[in-house]
Amino acid sequence: MWVKTLKGSATRIFAVLWKELRQLSRDRMTFGMIVMIPLVQLMLFGFAINTDARNLPAGIVDKSNTQASRMLIQATEATQVVRFSHIFDDLQQAEAAITAGTVKAVLYLPPDLSTRLSRHPASGAKTPSPEPIGQWLVDGSDTVVAASIKGLRQLPLSSIRELPQIATSPSAAIPADTFAVALYFNPEQRSVVNIIPGLLGVILTMTMVLFTSAAIVREREQGNMEFLITTPVKPLELMLGKIAPYVLVGFIQTGLILIAGRLLFDLPVRGSLLDLGAASLLFICASLTLGLVISTIAKTQLQAMQMTVFILLPSILLSGFMFPYEAMPEAAQWIAEALPATHFMRMSRGIILRDAGVMDLQPDALWLLGFTALGLVVASRRFSKHLD
Amino acid sequence: MTPDTAHNAPPKADYAIVTRGMSKAFGDNLAVSRLDLAIPKGSIYGFLGPNGCGKSTSIRMLTGLLRPTEGEIQVLGETLPGAEESLRLRIGYMTQKFSLYDNLTVKENLNFVSQIYGIPRKAARQRIEELLMVYDLTHQHKQMAGSMSGGQKQRLALAAATLHKPELLFLDEPTSAVDPENRREFWERLFDLSNAGTTILVSTHYMDEAERCHGLAILENGIKRADGSPEALMDNMGAVVIEVSGSDLRTLKNQLTEKEEVISAAQIGSRLRVLVRQETPDPEHWLSQQTGPRSLNRVHPSLEDVFVSCTGGRHVG
Repeated sequence: MWVKTLKGSATRIFAVLWKELRQLSRDRMTFGMIVMIPLVQLMLFGFAINTDARNLPAGIVDKSNTQASRMLIQATEATQVVRFSHIFDDLQQAEAAITAGTVKAVLYLPPDLSTRLSRHPASGAKTPSPEPIGQWLVDGSDTVVAASIKGLRQLPLSSIRELPQIATSPSAAIPADTFAVALYFNPEQRSVVNIIPGLLGVILTMTMVLFTSAAIVREREQGNMEFLITTPVKPLELMLGKIAPYVLVGFIQTGLILIAGRLLFDLPVRGSLLDLGAASLLFICASLTLGLVISTIAKTQLQAMQMTVFILLPSILLSGFMFPYEAMPEAAQWIAEALPATHFMRMSRGIILRDAGVMDLQPDALWLLGFTALGLVVASRRFSKHLD
Repeated sequence: MTPDTAHNAPPKADYAIVTRGMSKAFGDNLAVSRLDLAIPKGSIYGFLGPNGCGKSTSIRMLTGLLRPTEGEIQVLGETLPGAEESLRLRIGYMTQKFSLYDNLTVKENLNFVSQIYGIPRKAARQRIEELLMVYDLTHQHKQMAGSMSGGQKQRLALAAATLHKPELLFLDEPTSAVDPENRREFWERLFDLSNAGTTILVSTHYMDEAERCHGLAILENGIKRADGSPEALMDNMGAVVIEVSGSDLRTLKNQLTEKEEVISAAQIGSRLRVLVRQETPDPEHWLSQQTGPRSLNRVHPSLEDVFVSCTGGRHVG
């Protein structure tokens, strides 16, 4: 008996699924959006955030004031990352300028610069010391600035041939930093690669919630619902059939983002693709059911759109995509915890950047699973086969 | 008025729909008020009334889409609300607005419906072929439903509503977007279905359509004003219909509508159709006194006259 019931259910779910796929394949606009949203967003966010910071206003505290120090300054400026606009007498002045925001970074060259240079591994000294020869003081509140200065940390000294202390042999035995970097205000730095795994979450939230939030409302607005609810189709069957095609859409988008991220921004995927797939599946399902719940609440497609934006904004701002989760006030963290995007952001960054597995990220995975199950129940419950 | 079927009332099992005091309120607005219905199986039964008279609301209650505020409903021997799901397979519903998918083809729409009703694939294929033939859609089977004419859409909707061979079919203003020729053709199909044993409940605001029904309920503001067969309704109408011809009919019309004895007076071409209350002694004589030298002609009432006399002339004339 129950086998027959189950078979009937499967047939109906498949009927809805097939219908949705057919309709989707004919809806050129939506079809275009599926491909264009991830690509355009990736370009916009990727390039805007990846923009090499150039000519950042910087200051100098040159305590050594030697030929070597002047050459170092020249070589640093030649990288075009910074433009030395201020010269400070001491560190106190420099720090004040950073706090005031007149300069983004200050290069401090100590009085014993020449001694440090001759002991630096790059000079070919007999007893090399990995001590850096200078230090950057950086306004770390802007992660792009910080990341750019960090790039200067290993300014190759061997390229500065005029430096008297540097031997002509370019091979250095021990790799050592030229400069030490002290990050002010934001010691825990996030890499730029952080953006793409995060963007994955934002784009999936945007498209998945958007597509399904309209799903039920559209049928209601176009008058299909009145017929559909007089048929034997059950609410849960309708819900499952409605979201299933979009799981595929979500995977297509994930693939697009990863491939474009790889080609355009050299995104490394350190973890296994299987784990990433599993995490994506969980998040896609959670987002789709969230959309379905919206769809059962909204009365018109416009309302559904507005509610989607209502979900999307915190997903961008609070999920850790834009601002570090840890730095947010507790109330914001609570909101963030409720959003599927936050949990996926953690998982995707963990898997893509730190080679974590789904098992290492169990709490987030379980949370997404629970969210999906709850969402489906709520949506099916809210979806009434009555008109009143 | 009592239904004319009351003389030889069939046993209860022979009714497809029986309601007692069925009411529906939306807030303070009473959309349907204490509606009693007894619709025999196999008949074509009509709801006649102006827009907003409660036709659609009644149909939605009878299909289980709306729950009545009060009253008892029995559809095909099952009680509503409660038996909605088991009734789904036994009833068909064609909505007022086209409710299939515009961006699916005719055949895809029918396939979808057949799967939703769980009809086995082979049987479904045969049934769909048959329906395409019956409803003259064979050549359109690959056409998008959205790009079809009003008549074609309506035939497709009827095909979809009858795909699972329902015992009871609800049609909510099925021909409002269809030309007269297609309407005729559509009614031929309805009589075919009725002949095969399907009970049909159809709502309409067209008199000619209502006249085709076996039984009829005239609704106004959610209240049933009359029911019975169209013939019985016309015979038992509480008014006498007299056509007046002559000069200056507009002035006469305005004079007559002031009179207590006149239900309504409406100009039809060069004649004035006057409904005089039956209680008026010798209505023809009374009217001739009002009209002066114009000629009078007593005619057989039409369904429109019945409608007008039931609703007190509030909607026509």
